[in-house]
Amino acid sequence: MIEMNYVIHREDYANAGKVSSQIKQLLKQIGIQSDLLRRIAVACYEAEINMIIHSYGGKISLNINDSEIKFSFVDIGPGIPDVQKALQPGWSTASEKAREFGFGAGMGLPNIKRMADEFELSSSESGTNLTIAFKVSA
Amino acid sequence: MKLSQVLQSLNAKTMWVHDPRILDREYTCVSATDLMSDALAMVKSDTNHTLLLTGLQNAQSLRTAEMLDIQTIIYVRSKELPPEDLQLAKEMEMNVFSTGYSMYEACGVLYMEGLATATKSYD
Repeated sequence: MIEMNYVIHREDYANAGKVSSQIKQLLKQIGIQSDLLRRIAVACYEAEINMIIHSYGGKISLNINDSEIKFSFVDIGPGIPDVQKALQPGWSTASEKAREFGFGAGMGLPNIKRMADEFELSSSESGTNLTIAFKVSA
Repeated sequence: MKLSQVLQSLNAKTMWVHDPRILDREYTCVSATDLMSDALAMVKSDTNHTLLLTGLQNAQSLRTAEMLDIQTIIYVRSKELPPEDLQLAKEMEMNVFSTGYSMYEACGVLYMEGLATATKSYD
């Protein structure tokens, strides 16, 4: 069992993707096979970027056991105004700044949902909680 | 098509090559986009033989390629990475090039050379 926690800061574009890169390296070291590793890396990166672009900051928690790799992305607000719309491909509320960095295509959450084996999303003004899990075959 | 031939077709300039053997690798697919989520959506492609063609010359194009295991990026419109991002490319063992062609022209050249799109339709 491995547990890791990472802090993500609001609009920290200079470090965007660093945590996902570290997590990818960690999972590679413990022998996660490449196709699964790529799915996890893409989902984690999209969620990290979402947190930087849209939230006031938050935390990424990673739990690894023999059967699954589970992530929790928990931020402190302001929440997603319409979760159903946010899950539609192409729907975006990203700022001009986020678009300068190549994001805001409205594909973040749909991509994450497509990559993950399990996907749970809840949101209110006090924060968004995204949990995703990937099954690890023996 | 070998990467060396791709670069010749695009009159591309080398910013950094991590391993010269990459020049002999066959490339079959191109992800051409300035929107990183569009690139990230095509995870099903064989990324060992896919190159990223983009006008987004910053760290996020490198990070996106890193997540997808893409090792080659060609920047259009003569764009070059700023020094700090070029350093990041070196640390990532990425191979990065720049072409004077626009995105439209570069896509046209590579399409005529037989390279396919890496972008999958969304399911």
